[in-house]
Amino acid sequence: MSQSKQQVYRLNTGGRIDRSRTLSFTFNGQRYQGHPGDTLASALLANGIDIVNRSFKYSRPRGIVAAGAEEPNAIVQLGSSEAAQVPNVRATQQALYDGLTASSTNGWPNVQRDLMGLFGKLGGQFMPPGFYYKTFMAPASMWLTYEKYIRKAAGLGRSPMEADPDNYDHFNQHCDVLVVGAGAAGLAAALAAARSGARVMVADEQEEMGGSLLASRETLEGKPADQWVARVLDELASCENVTLLPRTTANGYHDHNFVTLHERRTEHLGDTAPVENGHRQVRARLHRVRAGQVILSTGTHERPLVYAGNDVPGNLLAGAVSTYIRRYGVAPGRKLVLSTSNDYGYRAALDWKEAGCKVVAIVDAREVPAGDWVDAARAQGIKIITGCAVIEAKGSNRVTAARVAKIDIEAFKVTGPVQELACDTIASSGGYSPVIHLASHTGARPTWRDDILGFVPGLVKGVQACGGANGCYALGDVLAEGVEAGIKAAAAMGHAVQTVTLPSAERLQQGPAVALFQVPHEKPTLRGPKQFVDLQNDVTAAGIELATREGFESIEHIKRYTAMGFGTDQGKLGNINGMAIAARCLNRSIPEVGTTVFRPNYTPVTFGAIVGRHCRDLFDPERYTALHQWHVERGAEFEDVGQWKRPWYYPQKVNGKTETMHEAVARECLAVREKVGILDASTLGKIDIQGPDAREFLARIYTNKWEKLAVGKCRYGLMCKDDGMVTDDGVTSCLAENHFLMTTTTGGAAAILEWLELWHQTEWPELDVYFSSVTDHWATMTITGPEARKLLAEISDLDLDRDSFKFMDWRSGNVAGVPARVYRISFTGELTFEINVQANYAMHVWQTLFKHGEKYGLTPYGTETMHVLRAEKGFIIVGQETDGSVTPEDLGMQWAIGYDKPYSWIGKRALTRSDTKRENRKQLVGLRPKDPKVILEEGAQIVFDPNHAIPMPMVGHVTSSYYSPILDSGFALAVVKGGHQKLGETVYLPMADGQTFEAEIVSTIFYDPKGERQNV
Amino acid sequence: MFYIYCPYCGEHREEEEFHPKGQAHLERPKEPEACSDEEWGDYLFFRDNPRGVHHEMWVHAVGCRKFFNVTRHTVSYEILETYKMGEQPSITADSQSQAREGAAVSQQEGVRA
Amino acid sequence: MSNAATFDTRTETAIPVESPLAYSYRRSGAPQAGGPSRLQLRERAMLGHLILRGGAIVLDEAVRDVLGLNLPGQPQTLVQDASGERSIQWLSPDEWLVIVPGGEEFPLETKLREQLGSAHFAISDVSGGQTLIELSGEAARELLMKTVVYDVHPSHFPVGKGVTTVFAKATTILRRPSEDRWELVIRRSFADYCYRWLLDAGAEFGINVQQ
Ligand SMILES: [Zn+2]
Repeated sequence: MSQSKQQVYRLNTGGRIDRSRTLSFTFNGQRYQGHPGDTLASALLANGIDIVNRSFKYSRPRGIVAAGAEEPNAIVQLGSSEAAQVPNVRATQQALYDGLTASSTNGWPNVQRDLMGLFGKLGGQFMPPGFYYKTFMAPASMWLTYEKYIRKAAGLGRSPMEADPDNYDHFNQHCDVLVVGAGAAGLAAALAAARSGARVMVADEQEEMGGSLLASRETLEGKPADQWVARVLDELASCENVTLLPRTTANGYHDHNFVTLHERRTEHLGDTAPVENGHRQVRARLHRVRAGQVILSTGTHERPLVYAGNDVPGNLLAGAVSTYIRRYGVAPGRKLVLSTSNDYGYRAALDWKEAGCKVVAIVDAREVPAGDWVDAARAQGIKIITGCAVIEAKGSNRVTAARVAKIDIEAFKVTGPVQELACDTIASSGGYSPVIHLASHTGARPTWRDDILGFVPGLVKGVQACGGANGCYALGDVLAEGVEAGIKAAAAMGHAVQTVTLPSAERLQQGPAVALFQVPHEKPTLRGPKQFVDLQNDVTAAGIELATREGFESIEHIKRYTAMGFGTDQGKLGNINGMAIAARCLNRSIPEVGTTVFRPNYTPVTFGAIVGRHCRDLFDPERYTALHQWHVERGAEFEDVGQWKRPWYYPQKVNGKTETMHEAVARECLAVREKVGILDASTLGKIDIQGPDAREFLARIYTNKWEKLAVGKCRYGLMCKDDGMVTDDGVTSCLAENHFLMTTTTGGAAAILEWLELWHQTEWPELDVYFSSVTDHWATMTITGPEARKLLAEISDLDLDRDSFKFMDWRSGNVAGVPARVYRISFTGELTFEINVQANYAMHVWQTLFKHGEKYGLTPYGTETMHVLRAEKGFIIVGQETDGSVTPEDLGMQWAIGYDKPYSWIGKRALTRSDTKRENRKQLVGLRPKDPKVILEEGAQIVFDPNHAIPMPMVGHVTSSYYSPILDSGFALAVVKGGHQKLGETVYLPMADGQTFEAEIVSTIFYDPKGERQNV
Repeated sequence: MFYIYCPYCGEHREEEEFHPKGQAHLERPKEPEACSDEEWGDYLFFRDNPRGVHHEMWVHAVGCRKFFNVTRHTVSYEILETYKMGEQPSITADSQSQAREGAAVSQQEGVRA
Repeated sequence: MSNAATFDTRTETAIPVESPLAYSYRRSGAPQAGGPSRLQLRERAMLGHLILRGGAIVLDEAVRDVLGLNLPGQPQTLVQDASGERSIQWLSPDEWLVIVPGGEEFPLETKLREQLGSAHFAISDVSGGQTLIELSGEAARELLMKTVVYDVHPSHFPVGKGVTTVFAKATTILRRPSEDRWELVIRRSFADYCYRWLLDAGAEFGINVQQ
């Protein structure tokens, strides 16, 4: 690292910087110095850094052009460590801090002398618009390869490869009035609204609020305008009803006045957030604001003039030149030529002169400029060349001269001889474009105004634009518009405003501006030197002209063909000029061509801010049962079922070696079949259904019958949608004549409760019934296996006799001293008791079961074993055997269909549609692989004829497939066309690796076909 | 992100609290067995997709759990009214087009992508 | 007496119980801020929670007679007794949440059922399925702004209000029983997620957990 360089362009006085303190920073490996109050851009300019990047497509050297969010070139990568990397930061928006480390985003491998330059200079000519589509898309398979190198060369920034140490969060905000932009208009609006007592939020993207007033030549009440700014900010800060958010960009304007604000809380302090009281501060915060009223006081972006070589470093916006001088104490050159189409541009020359630098000339496109600033320039003795424009900037790494000539705008021609003015800086002003981006996000179309040569925002309900954003530029008018907007917004929210006295502003005479969107050159646009319209995307006037010649007429198509306004730029500088050039080429008016649609985000938002706190172990809720800690301590592997964490299997250490899943599941399965196992089934959805019409409701919503289910009994139920397709299943118990407990699948609980409410509230409000979720209230412990009764008998006062507590009965009593409801239902085919207790007691009951269960071989089992055991019995899992296209009949579950129920229950009608009656529907069958060692792949496709030419007709697929320890064989469930009529037939499963498996279609019940074991 | 007035809670609430449930005012045929396959298919599968005023059913899922109807403009996304289950809308495509007769096409209709 | 099954899921005998946050305390601890804390969190575990459903007209008198509280008929309202130990909150036009000291819920349900007779209503005991978390301290509102989508500004959320709303990626019932206290009713299965969220979001305020 070399020694720090001098701040060659730093002025001795002026600006809002603190010269008493020096900050050092690094750019592209070189150490420099700046001052508090600088942005990275102003510090780079102060140090005489001309080239900050290489351009996207042509790899041309680029310098700083603007002073704000509209900066197209100075896009940098920030961060002194890998973890702190932030891409796509505009140097103009990054406050300088000590130790800041930045590098060019573009320009791999070196910004000063890069290899791509060669490609750019040679290849540039071969890179017309549409180049990427035309060149790199063929062959399509190579695109990924090309893209990697294009991106690397183009340098769109890179994400960090290490974890971000910082915290981010979201704030849900609600306010009456949201003011976006705290310049003259915004502050006036905020003041008016604040005095009404309304809840006001003010967001401004800059380090300091005040907007252009911080660098203005103009006075308010005869004093520098920033004094008024300070007074207003003091008052606003003292109001309890006002929230001021500096360094906060309104990035997206969404439906119904929902605005997202990106607040950068510590990015001016360092590249990671400081630690305070042991807690790292929140680095960035996304405010999700629901505003009653929105005031867009987002100001304007100055339009650059489009002339040849306008991208050479040293070409700046006129307003930016003023800002750097007046706000940052930097004159970014020595000799200035100003090219302008309006009076406002003159301010740059006046500021330049006052800073003690040389103004070579003001080149004004108008024949007879007249106005107060024009007079002031004349009084300063500045040379004014009228009816002319800078038609070309000379120089490669920095401007060396301006070529100036007489032009005829109407005829789009250079009409006089060219004179060359030596200079190092060219400032240009083509007028202003209101910043309409946010309003565009709402879908509202902007309106073109000939008087201001710009689009003003279209507005949806509850939003106003004022000041520059509304095409109003004279300071006195801007303030008045702001106050009016503030009063109106507050009033709309029911708050009356007290008086707001406006400060007196100077009334300046101004001459009319002239419309100049592209400066003519001696050569035709297509053959002359490049005139850049969109600097960030390297879109030239010639590119736009070519696009129109190739037949692109819609501005949206031209945008996509040329890439104008793409990416993080979103057309801030180039959009209007580009449209106007397209309009001229198409021989249409600007409003006819229209503008492209700006989209969120206005400027890039870091992923950290978008994600907020929803990351790492808070990415998504993890739902736990009351027994979760036991599962964790027992070493369970977990399976995600919806948001639940369910034990999947419990691997044990056997001879110092941890079981594989296969081994653990085999052990668990045999324990259930031979002794007794226990499952935490608490996750099943449970819905408490009460009311005199509860039974009738069940009969309508389920496919099967419910009228005869007695108190104390349980029944399996199948639920369809009205299209006849199975959507859920579960056991429902009759607790009392008017009281049922429904269980649902784990994943379906919330949706099924909503489904019940839907039918009750919309179709059957006459049924007297209520539903309440009791899922979390109960913990459910399933003990299953031949020894289940003996175990339960030890710790329960229930009569467990097989004749008094039958299969499909439920009883209440005490288990381990805790009141329990016990359901004798079975999903394994074994003798089973499902013990339900209030969840707060669950751990005690579970542990008591284990205390007594050891001698019976009580074994905890997880969802994988549950799946194997139920599949051996041919029990379906909704969502595994079904996929929304399977009817109860397809499943062979006619026994669960009450065809003769009086009400046409949900799904019934659809079962008689021609399609659901089809013979060759896919039907659920069992598959027994011919080789018992084979475990078929779930999802594997099934064919009848393996010798059929490819493509083979596929007739079904495997839905569940496991190894059965009790059968010592692979087995599967599958859906096969017409499968119910094909028992005993052979099907084939051709696999991706070329093997073909054979399997026999068999019954879905592989074990204990008579169902004797659950009835013991 | 919509801001939806729940007619049961009596206030505007954030969209995250609601679930959309599709077209409103769909009535299940009283006698499904009397429907032809085509009629039943229409009830099950066919929905309006108007450009403009649309009546939709929503449920205040994280809230009062009540279903209700929303009249929404599908271009501007403006919610014109919400009303309880069983009530009829006061704003419809017809009432809107009458109100707008003679007026210029809304400037606010932007393209969404 | 309505034809529904009632079941006292509590027992008098001394059986160890675990609140929905029991696992969370063991897993994430209960941070104690060093100095003065701007934010306190306290679980009020093992209370009796009942969901009461029915028409307001049907329930009103019974609730007043048995619970001694007026049934809040207005949306988003919360009514408590003088001690603050018993409360009833509007959840929907036909749904209320009753929270009482632990053990009172079953006698209360029984009495309500007796009083309501054959009217159409429903009472569900959900005491095991949820817990109540209390937040206090000057930073409580900011913590809530990070957490719930509902507007918690005092002008919009006065004392005596309660809503069901979105909590991060879960849900909660949020209520404001007094000027300086907020209550969150959290579902048991989401409790650990909610607890970890509150600790994380509350860290910058020096959150203090009272056990
Ligand atoms: Zn509601």
